[in-house]
Amino acid sequence: MTANIVEIDHLSFGYKGRLLHQGINMVFPRGKVVAIMGGSGSGKTTLLRLIGGQIKPSKGEVRVTGEVVHKQDRDGIYKLRRKMGMLFQHGALFTDLSVFDNVAFPMRELTDLPESMIKDLVLMKLNAVGLRGAHQFMPTELSGGMARRVALARAIALDPEIIMYDEPFAGLDPISMGVICGLIRSLNDALGATSIIVSHDVKETFLIADYVYFVADGVVAAEGTPNDLMQSTLPFVHQFVHGEKDGPVPFHYPAAHYQSELLLEQVV
Amino acid sequence: MDRTTIDLWVGIFVALGFAALLGLAMKVGNLTSSKIGPTYSVTAAFENVGSLKPNAPVKSAGVVVGRVESIVFNSADYEAVVTIKIDKRYAFPADTFANIYTAGLLGEQYVGLEAGGDEVVLKNGDKIAKTQDAIVLEKMISQFLFSKASETDAKSEAKATAPSAVTNELKGGKSTEIGDVAF
Amino acid sequence: MTQSNLLASIANELRGIGHRMIERTWRLGVGARLFALAIIYSGESFKRFHLTLREIYFTGVMSLLIIVVSAFFVGMVLALQGYNTLQKYGSSEAIGVLVALALVRELGPVVTALLFAGRAGTAITAEIGLMKATEQLSAMEMMAVNPIARVIAPRFWAGVISMPILASIFSMVGILGGYLVAVPLIGVDDGAFWSQMQANVDFRLDIVNGLIKSFVFGVACTMIALFEGFDAPPTAEGVSRATTRTVVISSLTVLALDFVLTSFMMVV
Repeated sequence: MTANIVEIDHLSFGYKGRLLHQGINMVFPRGKVVAIMGGSGSGKTTLLRLIGGQIKPSKGEVRVTGEVVHKQDRDGIYKLRRKMGMLFQHGALFTDLSVFDNVAFPMRELTDLPESMIKDLVLMKLNAVGLRGAHQFMPTELSGGMARRVALARAIALDPEIIMYDEPFAGLDPISMGVICGLIRSLNDALGATSIIVSHDVKETFLIADYVYFVADGVVAAEGTPNDLMQSTLPFVHQFVHGEKDGPVPFHYPAAHYQSELLLEQVV
Repeated sequence: MDRTTIDLWVGIFVALGFAALLGLAMKVGNLTSSKIGPTYSVTAAFENVGSLKPNAPVKSAGVVVGRVESIVFNSADYEAVVTIKIDKRYAFPADTFANIYTAGLLGEQYVGLEAGGDEVVLKNGDKIAKTQDAIVLEKMISQFLFSKASETDAKSEAKATAPSAVTNELKGGKSTEIGDVAF
Repeated sequence: MTQSNLLASIANELRGIGHRMIERTWRLGVGARLFALAIIYSGESFKRFHLTLREIYFTGVMSLLIIVVSAFFVGMVLALQGYNTLQKYGSSEAIGVLVALALVRELGPVVTALLFAGRAGTAITAEIGLMKATEQLSAMEMMAVNPIARVIAPRFWAGVISMPILASIFSMVGILGGYLVAVPLIGVDDGAFWSQMQANVDFRLDIVNGLIKSFVFGVACTMIALFEGFDAPPTAEGVSRATTRTVVISSLTVLALDFVLTSFMMVV
């Protein structure tokens, strides 16, 4: 058992000759909440798809629990995916199924559990996200924040080892944002899972992440703990973090000597 | 949507489909009439079967008693050999007369059986000796015209020779005229 | 100068034709692949038949009303028009045969397929297209559930099962409509209407062949609808275009297939 549940090793990926990623290295240690940040179009979501094996890298590899994802056959990839849960940007709830059936979906499809046990499990998962009372609603009857929480309950339905979040905070009101934020951290610790968050919301992400990777121009531009990055003087990181006026960035740190901690890789 | 409701509706849907198919088969199609139980086959040779087709009805006194099974051409005596299947419930005398009739003026053709007076009945594999061909419309018309024509000929010969002489003269005149033009 | 311009524009035109041709062929290949996959992964739609039943409800039962109403009117019009012509030849009793043969052999399967494409086909395309646009198919894949087995195959079999049933109902209702016009309204003899029909409609040659036709149309229409939805660009415009294409391509395919099938069936 390796310490890192997911490892991204010299990964390059591109569509039709235009490279989106150029030699990315990342490690995701067990039990941690790791965030991948970067501007729009920097290929953050694509990284999640690469981890999930929905697309194949042009060069390099992604290892999940030590196994190279793109070298698996269909069954192998499905086996790996059963260790993963993913929260899609807009929830991606099945609109023809009720909230209850949405959460029950992975259990019914992938396990042979009896219906009575599925019922208990679904209610437990919904309770964890605080929506047990909404189990009979259809997804169209939910607000954006509620839908996101239902999708989260569905993502953790089978107690995955890895939970991936694609822009979990995008388009939510502050209250829902805070709720989701708290849920990600508490679920991660309660399930003993590893969380991978893709986001550009600095404040919320820095609150819950143990480690952060900044992706820019196809490479990891900066990485470190939220504290390190807040104090970074690297122009890009500084600008990104500063973009949030509400960000808890203390002004009075000059922070020149922390630069040595920032790992800079320029692979062209 | 509740699963039991869906099940109910789909059940109704499939039942309706089967009812429709059953209706088509029984009420609209010939599934009932073509099922005529055990049969025996006999053959009949015709000089001309017209447009008789396999599966055409075989009727006696207007009641369907069987079906035409096959029609083959026999090159030995240039006849069409029609095999018909007759319901076992009906026995026909050996000297039964087989005709090919047309239903209506332009309708389909069928085989009509007219019972004779023989004591012996037809058995499986027997041959019906007495047959009458299908009436072919062109033949009938030409026969009719021929008989009309010969009637008129007979009448005119009996009355006088003058009209035919005139005709001959005209013919002669015409040929010379044509000759003139040619030269 | 003008000559070289002309040559260039001709070359451009040819290139355009070639490009379209290659693209169409490519799409046909992708469609055929989806068809093959739907067949290969259709085990689940029979093992868990309630999945298929649900889709039969949405494609078959929901199309029932439009099928019954159209069939009724088509049958009535056929009887009226047929009577108009037949009575000139003094064979108005043959109206039953005319209505029955026209419906059972041609109009039943063909009109049902056209209505099916408009009613159920568009619904299938829009549903699949939206499922794709809202990442529901992607989410399913990430849950290690095969969308082809879970979404495509049940809809495919539902369409294939529904079509012959709908066509049978169409023919029967159409004949009843024709009966209503011919017998009580026009005054054709009741016995002659049915007996002429029975004498001339062959179960195998007419009714079974009609069923075979509608089965083939069911495969074609459902597959086209599924493929267009699956292949639609994940935008509102993409889905709406795909829906239109479903109707156009289905209709043309049904009419062309009808000619091919009829000519095969004519050879005894």
